[in-house]
Amino acid sequence: MHGMEFDVAHMLAGLLVLVSFMMLYQDRLYALLNVLALHAGILALSVAWQAFIQDAPHLYITAAIALGIKAILIPWALRRMVFRMGLHREIETVVGIGLTMLVGMALVALSVEVMLPVTAHADPVTREDLALALSVVLIGMLMMVTRRNAVSQVVGFLSMENGIILAAAGAHGMPLVVEISIAFSILVALIVIGVFLFRIRERFDTVDIGALEPFGGGRE
Amino acid sequence: MITDPISALLAVPLLAAVLLAVLPGYRLSAALNIIASLASLVLALLLLFYRPVANQYVVVDDLNVVFILLNSFVGFTTSVFSAGYIGHELRHARLSLRHLRFYHALFQLMQFGMALALLANNIGLMWVALEFATLTTVVLVGLYRTSEALEAAWKYFILGSVGIALALFGTILVYLAARPVVGEGMDGMVWTVLIAHARDFDPSLLNIAFVFLLLGYGTKVGLVPMHAWLPDAHAEGPTPVSAVLSGLLLNVALYALLRFKILLAANPLAVVPGPLMIGVGLLSLIFAAFMLYRRRDIKRLFAYSSIEHMGIIVFAFGIAGPLGNFAGLLQMTMHSLTKSAIFFSVGHVAQVKGTQRFVGVGGLTVTHPILGWMLVAAVAAIAGLPPFGIFTSEFLIATSSFARAPVLAALLVLGLLVAFGALLLRLNDLAFGEVKGATERMRFSCVPAFVHLSLVLVAGFWLPAPLVGWFHNVAALLG
Repeated sequence: MHGMEFDVAHMLAGLLVLVSFMMLYQDRLYALLNVLALHAGILALSVAWQAFIQDAPHLYITAAIALGIKAILIPWALRRMVFRMGLHREIETVVGIGLTMLVGMALVALSVEVMLPVTAHADPVTREDLALALSVVLIGMLMMVTRRNAVSQVVGFLSMENGIILAAAGAHGMPLVVEISIAFSILVALIVIGVFLFRIRERFDTVDIGALEPFGGGRE
Repeated sequence: MITDPISALLAVPLLAAVLLAVLPGYRLSAALNIIASLASLVLALLLLFYRPVANQYVVVDDLNVVFILLNSFVGFTTSVFSAGYIGHELRHARLSLRHLRFYHALFQLMQFGMALALLANNIGLMWVALEFATLTTVVLVGLYRTSEALEAAWKYFILGSVGIALALFGTILVYLAARPVVGEGMDGMVWTVLIAHARDFDPSLLNIAFVFLLLGYGTKVGLVPMHAWLPDAHAEGPTPVSAVLSGLLLNVALYALLRFKILLAANPLAVVPGPLMIGVGLLSLIFAAFMLYRRRDIKRLFAYSSIEHMGIIVFAFGIAGPLGNFAGLLQMTMHSLTKSAIFFSVGHVAQVKGTQRFVGVGGLTVTHPILGWMLVAAVAAIAGLPPFGIFTSEFLIATSSFARAPVLAALLVLGLLVAFGALLLRLNDLAFGEVKGATERMRFSCVPAFVHLSLVLVAGFWLPAPLVGWFHNVAALLG
């Protein structure tokens, strides 16, 4: 039974990394939002599985939050925003997709190299979860760096948060306080983002960050 | 219901925020904002004499009392400054009354977030509170809704989120390191429990955790190379927000970092965090010192000066030892007081002249003597000239690093001199050069900046013995 527990947890966490890679090569906004929903869905499954094997019922709440808010509500809201505001449906990237994928692979290798040796004393489920969660976080960061479009930067950020929740769920007995507050702060963050996107819309008729740059103060 | 000062300290800003969000009228809300901040200051003073027992969520010890007191003091003077500043913005229609309600409520919410982060005895709670405080400042930075303000807020938001995410990852790793020793559940996040058992934690996990925490919280401290948000956020937000960002929020993030530094220092096998902190500190100092040249915007100049000073402070805590930590604490206090005084003065200058670019401002000591000389004193203080307190603390930092590593001390002094040159060069144009921009008189209160500068001046001559003893205790705590 123990082997099976580990295998399923490992498979789900691995799937999450895989879906992170899928995000990297999307070039349409709607498709990207679908992948984001899938990402959060897998996260919900993974957290639910952790709740089951750790016998930690509070994790089911985290899983439900991931499913309800991150897999359904947020992608829906972002989709609506894209539609309402008539944004460009294509995603502009800073570097080529092939190169981004290669960097992504290097980041996965890096996080495995870093995490596995230091967690040698932890139990295997936590260990694998942590290494894969760090990969998801780093790929999320990579996505934020390589996209010009504000909506896809937000998607990168959300996938990064998913990775962190995976890590938190994998850590046995991590107090509930933290998980609820993570979900809460994501909500707050989303409100902020929403406000900003709409203000940006008021001013520029675009949500392409590149369009902001001519006004930039940073180039002084 | 609210009986002890800790819960009162948290309840006051929350209640004030709710009231400020619904109350109309500028005079009423500005007055309420001042009263709430004053109440927080009084409560913070009470904490000096009354130390409640730590529970799972909050703690008061020698370390955080320093920060809480400084925070509520600068918060109070900023609220006084803000009343005059915002009145002017309203008359010139840069802000509407609706924005104003929003501004005042968020100002108090930010105070709440910072107080909670400082009081937290729980590394998870501390993280949540710091994220909350950051989000409120993001909205405040974007308050003017100009394209520059929006870009600044967006940059701040994105970089801040990445930082905060990395810090959370580090926090999870600390919990994992603690779990085998203190057991599962809440205890693994309670600071007082962690520090008592830190000696038995897995050192390699702690090392990795500290790297993430340094990157994460370091982003909020404004350390190079994660500093990109800081100049924009300072330059484009309302000036009271710039004062609070530089004087307070950077300190709160630094406080989080110091907590984890203590944790690492308590574990004999973990890496010493010193060299890492010395490295990023020096890098920030020297980078920012050179960036001070060729700035075109006054607030942006002083934002880079904040990066420079945070670099010096982190460097001092990296050098550590009783003298290094003492000097770091002193430098932090002096910087908060001086930098917020500078932003108070610059805010008035920008309002008088109608611009915050260097090209539109000159000869202040001729046209506005009080304001002009106040700015001269403040910049002299921040540049580290005697007899101001920053000279004392920078001198202490330089001597303590000479004793330990002369090469590092040379680099430190180089950075200080480069920054000194840039600041004086700029000050010359601002205060003594040919008269530029509007010359009409304006009524405003110079009291907050004056109080801050007097404190910094007095500290340059004489530090009260109880304060020195107290800082020594904290310095010993920091290892």
